[in-house]
Amino acid sequence: MYAFDFERPSTVADAVAALSAEDAQALSGGQTLIPTLKQRLASPSKLVSLGGIAELQGITSDGDAVTIGAGTTHAAVAADGSIPALSALAGNIGDPAVRNRGTIGGSLANNDPAACYPSAALGLGATIVTNAREIVADDFFQGLFTTALDEGEIITAVRFPKPQAANYQKFEQPASRFALVGVFVAKGADGVRVAVTGASEDGVFRWSEAEAALGSNFSAGALDGMAPPADGMISDLHGSAAYRANLVGVMTRRAVAAAG
Amino acid sequence: MATISMVVNGRQMSGEAEGRTLLSSFLRDALGLTGTHVGCDTGQCGACVVHVNGDAVKSCNMLAMEADGAEVATIEGQAAPDGTLNAIQAAFQEYHGLQCGFCTPGMVMSAAALLKEIPKPSEAEIRKYLSGNLCRCTGYHNIVRAIMAASGQDVAVAAE
Repeated sequence: MYAFDFERPSTVADAVAALSAEDAQALSGGQTLIPTLKQRLASPSKLVSLGGIAELQGITSDGDAVTIGAGTTHAAVAADGSIPALSALAGNIGDPAVRNRGTIGGSLANNDPAACYPSAALGLGATIVTNAREIVADDFFQGLFTTALDEGEIITAVRFPKPQAANYQKFEQPASRFALVGVFVAKGADGVRVAVTGASEDGVFRWSEAEAALGSNFSAGALDGMAPPADGMISDLHGSAAYRANLVGVMTRRAVAAAG
Repeated sequence: MATISMVVNGRQMSGEAEGRTLLSSFLRDALGLTGTHVGCDTGQCGACVVHVNGDAVKSCNMLAMEADGAEVATIEGQAAPDGTLNAIQAAFQEYHGLQCGFCTPGMVMSAAALLKEIPKPSEAEIRKYLSGNLCRCTGYHNIVRAIMAASGQDVAVAAE
């Protein structure tokens, strides 16, 4: 790791001020960032820890929405249960020690193409709240490791509408436990949303053909024989593009069946 | 460099750390607590698991500064002051839950976190909970048996 300055502010306002320094980088749980720093794939001048900011912590459930502070760990989301499919997803990220450090805000800001959380945010139609504005999930994710966040902008919370039914199915890459393909299906007031992670070269995406089919018939059978095109799917030693495309169909049917 | 302090195994301790100093390095190099092992240094193998404010974490994947002021528990604090092993350590010895022993500190600390969360875990729960702890000797069956025994359960089940 290259050397860097380290700051641990206690408010979002102080963190935003600290991040205005050139090449400053926010640190949340660090479960991706610290390995990245070790490999010298990033060399920030300063790390601004968000771990000491109380206002980024906690989960509140009010009526039809659940709001999760960006610094809330996967373990805390897993234990919450306000949206069972979301808690189940959080409880199956990485391993217990990773879940005790990794945070929802960090995962969304990183937007790893094989991470679980982006599919939940997109599938549930969440709103990403930052220190400056609110961004709907449909506008937030912009390709591999790319989001709508501006330089120095911090996610402060994520607001999830409570679905009528939802489920996440992950086909794990057995060594890393990232999603080889993961599908989050949610049925809500505005219809059915299907969000796919792990599969596309452009990161998390909505499978609109499946959404249309499920909109009129919310059953696994409505997707019989369906799979998205293999074009643009990730192809690597773990699975070809065609294999991943087929898996998207399989995992979506499983998620619909499990969501009931 | 800055001086940071933490309560380690019940004792107030302090040492010098840079921003980039990992908690694992701080424990081993600044505090001399070399029981915490660094296996892969990539956050995968779990040999470096310690507890920070009661939660199991991989200490090679956390900056020491992030633990400034925290309560930290390491393998050194598991046995009684007179050296008497705790239930998990004794069970690892009794059921041969270690071969080379390199992964053992992390295995014991993860097992301690598991039994705090689930006092009598099933074999499947143990295996799932240990998914972030790798044993290069592949001694998993006996590790699972040891944790079954430490939680007061029949170890025969885990052998199958």
